[in-house]
Amino acid sequence: MQTSLVEKLSILADSAKYDVSCSSSGGKRKNEGKGLGNAEGMGICHSYTEDGRCVSLLKILLTNFCIFDCAYCVSRKSNDVKRAAFTVQEVVDLTINFYRRNYIEGLFLSSGIFKNADYTMERLVRVAKKLRKEHNFNGYIHLKTIPGASEELVKEAGLYADRLSVNIELPTEQSLQSLAPEKNFTEVLTPMGHIKDQLVLVKEEKKLFKSTPSFAPAGQSTQLIVGATAESDRQILTLADGLYQNYQLKRVYYSGYVPVVTDSRLPILSTPPIIRENRLYQADWLVRLYGFGVNELVDEQNPQLDLQIDPKLAWALRNRHVFPLEINTAEYELILRVPGIGIKSAKKIVAARRFAHLTWEHLRQIGVVLKRAKYFITCGGRSLETREWDEEAIRRRIIFGEKGSRANLWGSQLDLFQQAG
Amino acid sequence: MHFYTYDGSFEGLLTVVFEAYERKAWPDQIGREGEAPPGIFATHLFVPTDEAKAKRVWEGLGRKLSKEAWENVYKTYLWEQPGFEMLIFRFARLVFSSQQKGVEENFADACVQKIAAIGKQMFREKHRMEAFIRFQRTQDGLFLAPISPDFNVLPLIITHFEKRYADQPWLIYDVRRQYGAYYDLEQVSLVSLEEAPRGLRQGQLSPDILTEVEPLYQQLWQTYFDHVNIPERKNKKLHLLHMPKRYWKYLTEKKPRQQAHQPIQNKQVPTELRQLNP
Repeated sequence: MQTSLVEKLSILADSAKYDVSCSSSGGKRKNEGKGLGNAEGMGICHSYTEDGRCVSLLKILLTNFCIFDCAYCVSRKSNDVKRAAFTVQEVVDLTINFYRRNYIEGLFLSSGIFKNADYTMERLVRVAKKLRKEHNFNGYIHLKTIPGASEELVKEAGLYADRLSVNIELPTEQSLQSLAPEKNFTEVLTPMGHIKDQLVLVKEEKKLFKSTPSFAPAGQSTQLIVGATAESDRQILTLADGLYQNYQLKRVYYSGYVPVVTDSRLPILSTPPIIRENRLYQADWLVRLYGFGVNELVDEQNPQLDLQIDPKLAWALRNRHVFPLEINTAEYELILRVPGIGIKSAKKIVAARRFAHLTWEHLRQIGVVLKRAKYFITCGGRSLETREWDEEAIRRRIIFGEKGSRANLWGSQLDLFQQAG
Repeated sequence: MHFYTYDGSFEGLLTVVFEAYERKAWPDQIGREGEAPPGIFATHLFVPTDEAKAKRVWEGLGRKLSKEAWENVYKTYLWEQPGFEMLIFRFARLVFSSQQKGVEENFADACVQKIAAIGKQMFREKHRMEAFIRFQRTQDGLFLAPISPDFNVLPLIITHFEKRYADQPWLIYDVRRQYGAYYDLEQVSLVSLEEAPRGLRQGQLSPDILTEVEPLYQQLWQTYFDHVNIPERKNKKLHLLHMPKRYWKYLTEKKPRQQAHQPIQNKQVPTELRQLNP
C-alpha cells in the first residue's frame, strides 16, 4: 500500500526537526509580476511548537533513507525506523499550499543520502527549481547542501535558494571520526568554501552588472551539535568564530543533543543541555553584534561558559576595573557592555542624552534592566547602591534576588539545578 | 477648560490640532462626536473634518519627524486606547514648539517615550497578525481569514499581504471591528459584510463553503505542527509567551484534531533512560 501523504509528512517532519535553523530573513526576494510570495522583509515565525521553538519554514526531509550511519542521527542506516520518501511534486505542492494559507515563510529542505551525494542533491535542486520556475514562487527556500555534492550542483542550488547550509555537526575532526565515520571535515568545509567563493564572486559581479543572477542572497549557515561529544564551549565558540570570519557564515546554530539512538559512543543524558545551548547562543550574539572577542568570554582558565549567569554578566564581573560607567558620558561601545543594557537601549541612551541629562527614572523608561545594570553604572555621578558589593554578592543578588531569605535562596537554587540538568 | 470633539477619523483629529492652534485654545480633552463633556464648565467645540487643514498638520509633522516617528503618530490613532487623542495632541505640540530637529529622540520626555512605546506595541501586534493569520480556501477560490486583533492593525498589514499574495483573491476580516480588506487580484478595498459567512466568527468556516482539499491541508498542517515538536524540550511557558492563548481561536494548528496525534517511534532511547522516565 502506498504511504499516505499525512503519514509521509509525519515521518519526514519528525526526522528533520533536530535541525534547529529556522531563519527566514535576509532573502531580499521581491514579488515581481504578480507571482506568489515575497521574502524581502524580516523573517516571520508563523507558529511556535510546545517546546517554544519558532516554526517559520516547512522543514522536512525529502527522504529519511540514508546510506550513512552517523551515531547521533535518527535517520542512520542501522536505525530500525519507518522510512519514507516524498516525490519532487509532493514537496512542491505542500510548500505552495502551506504558503498560500499563510502557514509558512517557505521551505527548508534537507535529505538523507540515498544512492550518493549528487543523486540526492540533484533532487533537492529540482524541487527549488520547480518552485521558482514553474510556480513563480518568491517565498523563502533554504536548501541543505549534501556533503560531497559536486560544485556544479551547489552552484545551481544557489541560483534558486535563499540560503544554503552545510552542517558541521561535530566540532572536531576527532569527534566526527568517532561518531560519523563516513564524514570528514574536508568534505564539509569544501562545499562551504565553494559557497563562500561564489557569494563573493556574485557580489563583485553585481557591482558591475545589475542583471547578475543572485546566489543564495541570505547567505550560508551551519549547525553544531552540543553535548554529544566532549568539546568545551571554548572549542565550540572558537570554531564558530573562525567560520564567521573565514567562511562568512550568516549564522552558526547550536543544537543541544537530544538522545535519539542508543550507542555506546554517545553520552546518556536525561534532558537535552538546553541551558548550555542558550549560553552558547548568548555568547555567539555577543561576538557577532556586541563587539566581544571569544577570548574575552572563554579562555584557558575558564573554557566553559557559566551556566548560572549569562556571559555578558560573567565578563562584567571578571572585569570590574572597567566599571562603573557614567551613563551620560560613556562611549556607546562601552555602554553596550553593561549587563542589562541591550543594543536598543544603548542607542536610545546615546540619542536621549543629547536632549537631557539622564536620570535613573529615564533609564527605567528607556527599558534598561536596572536590577542588573545598577552595579555597573552611575547616573550624574551617583550610584543607585549605597554600598559597594563584591563580585560574589552581586552574583548572588542577581541570581537569587535581593531579599536573600534562606528559604527563598534554597528554592531558587533547587530550581536552577533542575534546569541545569 | 476646552473640550473638542471630532468625527472619529484620523483627518478629523488632525483638524482638531489645527483648530486648537488657530484659536490658541489648547484642549484639555478630545473626544469622539457624541461623547459627553468632562464637566459642566467645559467649553465644547465640535470640529468638522477638513481635509486641507488635516493635510497641513500631517505634512507639518512629517517635515520635523523621522519617518518612523511620523508613522507612530498614525499608529497611536489606530491604537484606540483611552486618551490617545490627547497624547497625539501633546506630541504634535511638542514637535511644533521645538526648534531642534529630532525631538522624537528625546526619550527623557514622557510623551515621546509613550508614543515610541505605542509604536512598538503596534508593531508587535501587526507582526503577530502577519504571522498568525490563517487563510481557508472557499469553493469560489477566495482565501478567507478572520482576525480580532487587540488594536486596529488591519490598515497596517494590507501592504504586506498585497505583496505576498498577488495571485490569489483574499479577504482578511476583523470580526471585532466588523470590517475587512478584500483583494480582487487588482486592488485592495475595505469592505463590511452584512452577513458574515458561517463559522467566520468562530474561526472555522463551515465545511460546505470550503473547497474540497481544504480539510486535507488543514490536517496536514496540524500533522506537521505536532511532529515538528520535540517533546524532550517541552517548554510551555515559552510557548505561551510567543503564542498567547487569545490568538489560538483562529490558528488551524490549535484546533481539535480529527485523529489523535501519533508519535513516530523512530527513537531508540537508551534503556537506562527508559527506566528513569518510564
